[in-house]
Order: sequence, then C-alpha cells, then structure tokens
Amino acid sequence: MSDWPLLSLVTFLPLVGVAFILFINGDEEVVAQNSRSVALWTALVTFLLSLLIWGNFDPTAAGFQLVERATWLGGFGIDYHMGIDGISLWFVLLSTLLTVVVIVGSWYAVTARVKEYMIAFLVMDTLMVGVFCALDIVLFYVFFEGILIPMYLIIGVWGGPRRIYASFKFFLYTLLGSVLFLIAVLVMYLHAGTTDIPTLMATDFPIDMQWWLWLALFASFAVKVPMWPFHTWLPDAHVEAPTAGSVLLAGVLLKLGGYGFLRFSLPMLPDASASFAPFVFALSIIAIVYTSLVALMQSDMKKLIAYSSVAHMGIVTIGIFTPNAMGIQGSIIQMLSHGLVSSALFMCVGVVYDRIHSREIAAYGGLADTMPAYVTVFMLFMLASVGLPGTSGFVGELMVIVGAWQRSSWVATFAATGLILSSTYMLWLYRRVIFGALTKDNLKLIKDLRPNEILAFAPLVVLAVLMGVYPSLFLDPMRPAVDNLLAQISAEQPASGLAAR
Amino acid sequence: MLHVLLVFSPLIGAVVAGFFGRAIGDRGAQTVTCGLMALSALCAVIGLGYVGGPAMKVEIVRWIQVGSFEADWALRVDSLSCVMMFVVSFCSFLIHVYSVGYMSHDPSVPRFMSYLSLFTFAMLMLVTSDNLIQLFFGWEGVGVASYLLIGFWYTRPSACAAAMKAFIVNRVGDFGLMLGIAGVYLVFDTVQYDQIFAMIPQAAGGRIVVWGFPLDTLDVLGFLLFVGAMGKSAQIGLHTWLPDAMEGPTPVSALIHAATMVTAGVFLVARFSPLYEHAPTALAFVAFIGATTAIFAATIGLTQFDIKRVIAYSTCSQLGYMFFACGVGAYQAAIFHLFTHAFFKALLFLGAGSVIHAMSDEQDMRRMGGIWNKIPYTYVLMWIGTLALIGFPGFAGYFSKDAILEAAWASHNPFHLYAFWMGLLAAILTAFYSGRLIWLTFHGTPRADRETMHHVHESPWIMLAPLFVLAAGAILAGWLGTGMVEVAEEEGASFWHGAIYTGEGNHVLHDLHGVPFFVSFAPFVAMAIGLGLSYLFYMARPDLPGRVAGAVRPLYRFLYNKWYFDELYDFLFVRSAKWLGFGLWKAGDQGVIDRFGPDGLAASTQFATKRIVRLQSGYLYHYAFAMLIGVAGLVTWYMLTAP
Repeated sequence: MSDWPLLSLVTFLPLVGVAFILFINGDEEVVAQNSRSVALWTALVTFLLSLLIWGNFDPTAAGFQLVERATWLGGFGIDYHMGIDGISLWFVLLSTLLTVVVIVGSWYAVTARVKEYMIAFLVMDTLMVGVFCALDIVLFYVFFEGILIPMYLIIGVWGGPRRIYASFKFFLYTLLGSVLFLIAVLVMYLHAGTTDIPTLMATDFPIDMQWWLWLALFASFAVKVPMWPFHTWLPDAHVEAPTAGSVLLAGVLLKLGGYGFLRFSLPMLPDASASFAPFVFALSIIAIVYTSLVALMQSDMKKLIAYSSVAHMGIVTIGIFTPNAMGIQGSIIQMLSHGLVSSALFMCVGVVYDRIHSREIAAYGGLADTMPAYVTVFMLFMLASVGLPGTSGFVGELMVIVGAWQRSSWVATFAATGLILSSTYMLWLYRRVIFGALTKDNLKLIKDLRPNEILAFAPLVVLAVLMGVYPSLFLDPMRPAVDNLLAQISAEQPASGLAAR
Repeated sequence: MLHVLLVFSPLIGAVVAGFFGRAIGDRGAQTVTCGLMALSALCAVIGLGYVGGPAMKVEIVRWIQVGSFEADWALRVDSLSCVMMFVVSFCSFLIHVYSVGYMSHDPSVPRFMSYLSLFTFAMLMLVTSDNLIQLFFGWEGVGVASYLLIGFWYTRPSACAAAMKAFIVNRVGDFGLMLGIAGVYLVFDTVQYDQIFAMIPQAAGGRIVVWGFPLDTLDVLGFLLFVGAMGKSAQIGLHTWLPDAMEGPTPVSALIHAATMVTAGVFLVARFSPLYEHAPTALAFVAFIGATTAIFAATIGLTQFDIKRVIAYSTCSQLGYMFFACGVGAYQAAIFHLFTHAFFKALLFLGAGSVIHAMSDEQDMRRMGGIWNKIPYTYVLMWIGTLALIGFPGFAGYFSKDAILEAAWASHNPFHLYAFWMGLLAAILTAFYSGRLIWLTFHGTPRADRETMHHVHESPWIMLAPLFVLAAGAILAGWLGTGMVEVAEEEGASFWHGAIYTGEGNHVLHDLHGVPFFVSFAPFVAMAIGLGLSYLFYMARPDLPGRVAGAVRPLYRFLYNKWYFDELYDFLFVRSAKWLGFGLWKAGDQGVIDRFGPDGLAASTQFATKRIVRLQSGYLYHYAFAMLIGVAGLVTWYMLTAP
C-alpha cells in the first residue's frame, strides 16, 4: 500500500466523481438524485482513503511523509511535490470529513442545480486536500487560489439575496492577499532558485528581505484567518453563503490562514516572525475583544457565529506566534476544534433556516419544546464553542493561554477574556433561540432533526467530545512535526523568547 | 473500584435518564437515578472509613500530554476528598429522593433527574480531582449543570436570565482560575497536585513578572485561583448570581446553591493550603473578602421578603465565614463548617420548599404566617435548621462557627481582628434574620388569602423523610465532626493526614483552644441578642420593623436593593458592552473598515475609471501630445540620472 501515491489519489479522486456526474443526463429529478449519490459515494471513498493516510502515517517521525515528487516545470526547480506531516495530516482529514458531512447535510436542502452544486463541492474537496498536501509553493498557490473559484460560485449561485455584494467583498479582500502572495513567491524563487517548500524552510533569507516577504505573506494569510481589521468580508460571506458553503468556509478555508503562518511565515521567516509577533498579538487581542462585542449585538444568527469565528481565530494566531510547543499545538487543536464546532453551529442555523427561512434571532424562541434532539446538539456545540472542558474547545484555549503566558502575561490575560465574552454572546443566542415560551405559530409545527441531519451531526458530535476527552489522540502525532518546526525556528535564530517571560 | 463506582454511577444515571427518559418514563428515571445515587452514597459512607489515611491515587486514563504538561483522569482519595465525597453524595441522594415528591407534577421529570445526577457527577469529579485540569473540568461541569437547572423552567424569562447570569458571572471567576492554572503550570511545570505541593517550598519567595510588575509568585497564583473561588462561591463582587439562582426549582437551590457547588471555592482554597500557607498576602486578601462577604450578605438578608432569597443570602454569608476561616489559616475549621453547613442549609432550603409547596407556590413571606400548626413537621424541621444555622449550643453550627471565630481571634493574619468582629456582628444579624424568617413564615396572623390557607398541607413522606435525615445531620454533624479541628500529637495520626497543610508558623488550631473566655462565649451572646431582637421585632412589637425602616429610610433602601450591585453592574458592564458592541459594529466595521476598505476601494476605482475614460478623447493630436511629453520626460530622466 505504501508505494501507492496515496496523497495524489486522495487529492484527485473527487475529480473522478466529477467526471461521472458530468455524464449524468435525463430528467431533472433523476439527475439530482444520481448526482447526490455519486457525490456522496465519491466523498465517502475519499474520506476512507484519507483515513488510510492516517494509517500509513508514522506518528514518531518529524519530516514529511508519503512524499511524492515528479518533475513539473523541468529545469526551473518547480516540481509536483506532495507530502504531509503531523500538522497537515489533520487538516486533510478535516477536509475530507467535512465534505462528506456537507453532502449528507444538504441532501434535501438544496434542490436547484444539484448537479453543479455537487460538482462544486467535489472540486472543493480536491483543492482543499491538495493545498494541505502541497510541498511546492507554486503548487500550493495553485490550490490555494483555486479554492476561491468554487467558493465564489457557491456563494454567487446558491447564495442569499445580497450574494453579489458578499462575493465582491470576498473577492476583493482575497485578491489583495493573492497578489502580494504571488510577489512573495516570485521573490523567494529568485532568491533561492527553487519553490520547494522543505528547501525554502532551510533557506536563510536576509533579514530585510524577510520583513517584506513576511508582510506580503501576512496580507494573504491575515485575510484568510481572518484577522482584525481584514475580517469584514467574513460575516457577509457567511450570511449569503448556503449552509454547506458556510461549513466549508468556516471549517476549512479559515484554517488556510493559520496553516499558512505555520508552513511559511514561521519556518521560512523566523526573524521577521519574531519581530512581528507583538503586532500579531495586538491584532489578535483586538480581534478577540472587538469581534466578541460586535457578536453580542448581532440580530442575525449566522453573523453572530461568523463574528465569533473571528474571535476564536484570534486565539489561534496568538498561539502560532508564541512560538512554543504549547502555543502552537494549542492553536492547531483550536483550529481543528473550530473546524468542527463552527461547522456544526452553522449547520444548526441551517437546520432551522431550512424550515422557517429566517436567520433572524428574533424569529425564534421556545424551540426547546418542539425539537429536543436539535436542542441537545445545539447545546453541545454551544458549550464547545465557549470552551467547556470535556469538549474540543477547551483544550486548545487552555494550551494557547498557557503558551501565551510564556511570552507575556498581558497576552495571556487578554486571550483569557475570550472565556467570558464568548459565553455571553453564545448563551444569549441560545437563550433567545431555544428557551422562552413557544409563542410563534410557525414554530409550533417545526420538525425535529431529520435522519440525514442526524447522520451529518453525528461525526462532529463524536469528534468534538473525543477531542475534549482524549486529545492525546490528536496531539501525539503532531508533536514531532511541531518540535521540528520549533527546531527550525531556533536554528536560524538565537533563543530569546525565554527571557521575555 | 469503590471510588470509581462512587463517582461514575451518577453519570450513568444522568445518561440513562437523559437519553432514555422517554422510554423508561418518569417512574423509571426516578428509580434509576435514585438507585444509582443510593449506591454512590453508600460507597461514600464506606469511603469515610478511609479518613485519616494517606493520599491515594486511582488512575483512570491519561488525558492530555504535551511535553511536561500531563493531566490524567484520576481520583485523588484523601481525608479532604473523602469528606467532600460524603457531603456531596449523601446530600445529593437525599435531594434526589426529595425531588421525586417535589417535582411530581412537573412534565419533564426525567430531564430534571438527569441534570441532578449530571451535576453530582461533575461535583464528584471536582472534589476527587488529582490535577488542576480535572478540577477545572468538574468546576465547569457543575457550572453547566447549574446553568441547566436554574433555567430548568425555560419558558420563564426570569429563569433564563438567572441561568445566564449565573454562568457568565461564574465565567468571570473562571477567567481568574484559568489564568491561575496557566500560571501554576508556568511556575511549576506541572498541573499535578503532588508535584506542585512538593515544589512549593522552593518557589516560596520567588518573583514573577505579571502585567509588568515583579510580584511574589505564590501570592499571584493564590490570588488568581481565589478569583475562581470567588465566582463559584459567590463572594462579594461576584455574588450577584446566587440570589437570582433561586429561580431554579427548590431542590436545586438546596443541592447546588447551598450544600455543594458553592462550597467548591472553599474546597479549592483548602486543597491549595500548601500554596496559601506560603502566600501571606493572598491569604490576607482571602480573609478580607470572606469577612466582608459574611457581613455584607447578612445585612441584605435582613431586608428581603422572598423566603428563598433570605436563605440564599445567608448561604453567601456563611461562605464568607468559611473563607475567612481559610484566610486566618484554619482551613480545617472551614471544612468543618462546610460539612455542618451542608446539612443544615440543605435542610433549610428543603424545608422552605416544603413551605412553598404547602402555600401553593407562594414565596413571599409577607403573604405567609400563622401556619405552624398546619404543617407541624416542617415547622419543627425548620426550627432545627435555624438553630443549627445561628449556632445554638448543641446544634451543628455552634461547633463550627465557634471554631471559626476563635481561630480568627487567635490568628496572626493582618485581617484577623477585622474578621473576628465582622464575623461576630454577622452572627447577630444571622440570628436576627433567621428568627425573622421563622416568625414571619409560621407565626402571627395568616396573611395569605383564604383559598391558599385552605390548601395548606403537610408534604408527603417522600419529601419529609430526607428532611428528617438532614435534621439528624444538623444536630449530630457538629458532634461527629469535631475531630476535624482537633490537633493530633503527630501529623500521621490526625484526621487530615496531610490532606490539609499548615505551615510551621501556623498554630491556629492549637491556639484556638486557648482564647480568652469572652471570645468563646461571644458567639452565644451574639446569637441570643439576634434571636431576642427578632422576637421583639416580629412577635412582641410587630410595628417596630416598619418604624425602624422608616427612621433609616436611605439605609433600608440601600440594603433592600442589595447595595445596588445589580444596577451598578448593569450600568458598568451590560449596557456599556452592548453600547460598545453596537458602536464597534456600526462605526468600526461599517463606518471605517468597510468604508475605507473594500467599499471605498470600489468607489474610488469607479471614480478613477470615469476620469481615465475621459482621457480617451479619440483625437489623434491628444495622444501624440501625450506621447511627446512622455518621451521628453524619459529622456530628461536618463540625462539627469546618468553617471
């Protein structure tokens, strides 16, 4: 098995499914039904294959594994180079899992242009897996930017009434980042003569060049995370995106920013990263406090959760730039947890939206009486979102706070305010939607979770609890990779972080 | 195995009742949860046999490991946790049984029983924790269970608001606790209790730079952990949630907001006695806050009319006693008081529940009165609880409160005399408001309407039986628990066997037996004065309260409105947060970022293109002229920059 090009297989398998769907013809109803089935089976097989990656992964090794390399642009030092380490492994699994989840979750919800819809998600699957496996910066760039296209279409075609404005904003922000990122790639290539990521990691960039490169990369990743003040596209994009789009957006696309910092900024530009760390801390702290307060005042459920995402990702960026084992592992766990929890929360919104067609918080109230299963699931993810111990949200938050204190007690203190703020807006949301008297007539006949929705939630519930109760399962395989990353940072830069306690 | 069974059987009960409640029905859920709680309580009683033994660790499974950051799911069994397990399991069992009667008319019995059991599990996890992470798990678990139970009647807006308030105020405390845990790990490189405690002597006197100030390490940690304790145990400043928590069903008030959860903070301080013994400043702060809360809550208790709120403020005040006991170094006395308090306060709450039940859900004491002969059992039981609370000789509270006040006198904490006098004053007030509660509720002329009075009835036996057991506890707990505050000849033979650490200079437990006569006699006098005054005010001269209140109107209003804490917080935090959030959203996100960011960019692009479009005039000479200028410019540039 190990001589198979497993990564490429997982990456491009969804495209095979796309090819099949393209050939489906006939009655609209039949096309929809068959497209759904093909998409589901493709996504499932892809997910199962990605589990094989985990199975073949050596959790004790630090370097890249399951490496595949082929000449791509021969002679230019640009190769087709794939491989994973303990960090990217989890994001690959998250991507393939969430694709299955959204396909199951939108089984009945989407009825218009089902064929194209399913194609878009399978293409997304390919690109998401590809971006986390790419070990060549040009290849990475192709996937990284490619993801925007299906996402753009998903928002633009299946989105809400203000989808044009949302996709324009989304596009404008990311365009700025992409252009600067491309320039940074060119500069790196000209300096090092290669676009191979492991080689670039070992390359020593001059300090003044590092600064400019860092800022260029930062522009791209900060938009993706999104960090304050580059976040205003997110609420609009989420509000207009269909549920499944929101899930992938929150679940995977936001992680690209954090992953980019971990894969490029930190190991390639360690000096600049160290210099800019206080800047990142400042923006992250503003994000946590500012967006939490803004979330508090939202009357639209999706906007509220979108703003909460910004706050949660603030914890992630703090953790990444600590940079110590505690903070980085915490931020990775926090990203995975956020991938599960915010996805599930968006699905929770989707469930009632499908039934009532409103995202206004004020349109709800008293669902506890009519939807017991839904209420339980929502409660679990609400608590996971506020970081309750025993759920995935807690582990990352705690580790980042501990890691942050190793840098500065101020940062740790502000990071911990998220504990209070997140509970205020989430609890208030929950209270207004779920509790209270059931007075609205259209809510009295609302149906509880359908079987396909339960199936979609089930893996998220299991993982959110598993990650909270037994995080070692996830932490152990990533430790060598994180240690390796830290070794790369300290190799190029004399240890100065410890003194600054 | 015994302890695993003890801790996890409530969890099983919670899961069964919660997820299969519909399948097994009300009766089934009650049987399962009560049965498993009985098992747990039985284990806890057997477990008491371990008291006095050395600390023991029951490992379950590894939880988190990152480098040196290790946390296990494990149970720590020593005298302290045995006492706590007994209190929690035993009270919880009785309250489960009581709930079968009390909640019999409620439509969602299985959900209630499930939450109660879930709470018990989390609380047991908390008290048996072996490391700070597990402690935090239990800590937050009880917070959630409390949230669910306060908001149990979720259709009532007031219940939802109270539930949210409880959770969020507790989160403020947890903010401190979380930082405390992070700090402990930073300093000691571990979160395991044994390892921390072993390293504390070396860390004593060390400095840590926090928020730019070089402070004493252990003081900082002690302070941060105490902030968590203040939230959970409703100390002044973070107390506002506790009275509102009375929105929950009465058994909840008894279990969570009196006997067990709110004492978690006291437990935390006692558990970290090795740290606090080396953190004098933090300890002084604990004593100050405790003493202040004791008197503060008692003053509010004087003026409230809701029967449950009076008891709630009394709980707050008694928790203050426990904290200043810790603060003056008498952790043992604090736990002793925790132990006795659990019985008599649960008794008082459940008794109040019985009264409320009898009065057709009336909670306002102004509409009670004259019912003592109609519900004689409840009346007697309430008297037992009251006497235990005010420290009548022979009853449980007498022993523990005396020990605390004597310890306060004998201690060397900078605030020990403040604590003593405040404690003594609070004892007068306690006796006064407790007496007031009894007189107003049971005596005098009936003030309820005839319909209600006609329905007044004694509670069923399933509710009374747990009350009798608790009453027995309220009388006997003081006699049984005196071992906790006795000084052993050698450490190994003591009740605690090292579970509570006392520093070398700390001889409070020894010294409290040698205090002057007036100190040991004062609590009795205080109690007598308070009870006597209450008789005067509410039995002999019922016109007096109104006249006194009228004479000191501003003070009365200040107390009646609970020192205006809610109003202050509403102004400071709730409104300003909403205002800020709204401002940041409208002015920050939309007014600045979007305006000058994407929207501005789009607008300026349009603006620029419109201008550029005009350049394309179509006349050839326009273009030729532009080219000429360009060429001229370029040539000039090269000539000027040529070397």
